Amino acid sequence: MKLKPQTTATRRARRSEQMILFRIAHQLFAISANAVQEVRSADGMTGRIAEVPRAELRKVRHVVQRGERTVYVIDGGIQFGIPAAQSALVFVLRDLRAALLVDAIDRMASFTALHALPEAFCHEERGWYRGLVILDSNVIPVVDPRGLLSRGDLDLLDANEHAPAANRREVRASA
Amino acid sequence: MTERSELDAQSYVLLRLEDRQFALPAKRIAELVPLSRVFRFPHCSPEVEGVLIRRGRILAVCDISPRLAARPLKNRRLYLLAVRDFAARPESVAVPVTGECELISAEMTPATGGQPPHVRGWISHDGNVIEVLDLDNLIPGPTAAPNAVQAGVPQEALP
Repeated sequence: MKLKPQTTATRRARRSEQMILFRIAHQLFAISANAVQEVRSADGMTGRIAEVPRAELRKVRHVVQRGERTVYVIDGGIQFGIPAAQSALVFVLRDLRAALLVDAIDRMASFTALHALPEAFCHEERGWYRGLVILDSNVIPVVDPRGLLSRGDLDLLDANEHAPAANRREVRASA
Repeated sequence: MTERSELDAQSYVLLRLEDRQFALPAKRIAELVPLSRVFRFPHCSPEVEGVLIRRGRILAVCDISPRLAARPLKNRRLYLLAVRDFAARPESVAVPVTGECELISAEMTPATGGQPPHVRGWISHDGNVIEVLDLDNLIPGPTAAPNAVQAGVPQEALP
């Protein structure tokens, strides 16, 4: 039997991306598994941890010094405007100076298609999401890790980091 | 063909929002579909209620009633899938309606200056003057779209 040659489109369609589905309060989100370097319990972060003054950027509550690397911890509830988040886990993001506080991991899933965010969504959320995925007849937004902290946010936070130590309160230091 | 004859006797879909009637050019209406589940997730576009899945595509749900009739539509029975021209490409948007929709043929008088941008013109029907809506100015669209999913590719295979 002669097999039909596989077209580029078919090969493309069969590729899939592993995503971590996670919750912040009642809301389910997805993030590419490749974008997450580590998952830690909120209490289990290693490094020198300090509080960030609230006035700087409300969604960033802590900064973690991990060797040479400064990682800003973003409260997912504040980022997405979800009240009553019970942040228990931290996603340390790969190649970024950001970590995301979330409530819980729901599961891992593999997706072959990413749907564009409809154009009617025309504000800040266009930077928050890479697109949408469909799972079990549910629509789940896929978080864009690059959209969590803008260049301006980082400049603001870095300026605070280099300010006199009196502006920061160290929470704890751990190995 | 002259501009005047192009405007002559086009088809319009009449819809009722609260106690007012409006018209949309029929060529901008893709379908009238039954209500289905609206999926909501955090966003900052107040005009958008959420999204729905229609034939494997994800469409935004926009209630235009608050803007036109000052309150959300109560007795929604159907979604009008209307095509809105965004900067990058046209896209269907689900607009909740009561179900009292009617297809008519009429001549539109184009709007003159001083009208809200969403008023494209007026048609006369059964002794009433009805506003013809311009969806491109009624349904919000992006001013900038730094989205990772490229415009023009509504659904893409993952890399």
